[in-house]
Amino acid sequence: MLYWQLLFSFLKIGLFAFGGGYAMIPLIQAEILGQGWLSAQEFANIVAVSQMTPGPIAINAATFVGYRILGLGGAAVATLGVVIPPFVLTLVVSKLFYTFQERSLVRGVFSGIRPAVIALITSAAIFLVPSSIMTLSQGIIALLTTIVILRTRISPLVLIFLGGMFGVITSGLGLN
Amino acid sequence: MLALFLAFFRIGLFTFGGGFAMLPFIEREVVERKGWLSREELTDCLALVQTIPGPVAVNTAIMVGRRMAGKVGALLATVGVVLPPFVVILVIASSYGHLQNNLWVNAFFAGVRPVVVGLIAASAIKLGRSILHSWSSWLIFSLVLLALVIGGVNPVWVIMGAAILGWGFARLE
Repeated sequence: MLYWQLLFSFLKIGLFAFGGGYAMIPLIQAEILGQGWLSAQEFANIVAVSQMTPGPIAINAATFVGYRILGLGGAAVATLGVVIPPFVLTLVVSKLFYTFQERSLVRGVFSGIRPAVIALITSAAIFLVPSSIMTLSQGIIALLTTIVILRTRISPLVLIFLGGMFGVITSGLGLN
Repeated sequence: MLALFLAFFRIGLFTFGGGFAMLPFIEREVVERKGWLSREELTDCLALVQTIPGPVAVNTAIMVGRRMAGKVGALLATVGVVLPPFVVILVIASSYGHLQNNLWVNAFFAGVRPVVVGLIAASAIKLGRSILHSWSSWLIFSLVLLALVIGGVNPVWVIMGAAILGWGFARLE
């Protein structure tokens, strides 16, 4: 029963995950927190782990959540769930798409989805604030990260590592 | 066939950050190293990939795999790109139970979580600059954000609503 719920949830995520990456976070969050499968902080940690490990965020989250709920089988089911919709759609739709690409219906629909993707990404950042930014120094880290990414070409991985080191050092010095 | 699997295995193994952060890696592998597609063909592929739901890297794997070797190629490329993150996360998830209560691990994550918020915010700003140009796109952006954050509306409904709004605005113009 739980297997079907897990499969269905991740099929839904795979089916509506426009924009990929960060835009999928609110979708995954709505499913997982809605079902009470994980706490908000655990979810924030999964997003953080996804940033530190290779691969698409959706695959990382599906594997992690699936494993936490039902072990290896759960991980496999959740990951399959998220991959099946794009797989079927890509094979079926791609031929049709080239013929319909220029039609105003398709263009109109996507001129609506594109700004929605930006809003999804923005909301992902907002949703993670309560479980991620609890102290002043954490707020400053978030702000600095945004500025550094927009102004320089420093890799996100370097910033993640620096952030983690900062956390370890301040905690070691008893500052937090 | 094996080359297809291995190329996407490498993409799955070495790309961090997910989403559009993976595109430069995909380009290097598919266009520069293998010469499977021209840069223009890849751009066409990506335009299509963005209109299909699902992870960008997985969709690209399916598209490129299908072009190179049909349905079997699509399957092999997909398995290739999914396998590395699947295994890495399994290892992490299986040890997460006891790591969770480790003081140092918690301190590390306390520093990483705000970085992730900053990364996502930066990504929204970057993409917003290239997409939010018209008043109608700003209107849809604002409505969707309000619905998600204040209204707590499920993203599935929000996406469908935005699609209908976009279609409506296109008809008006």
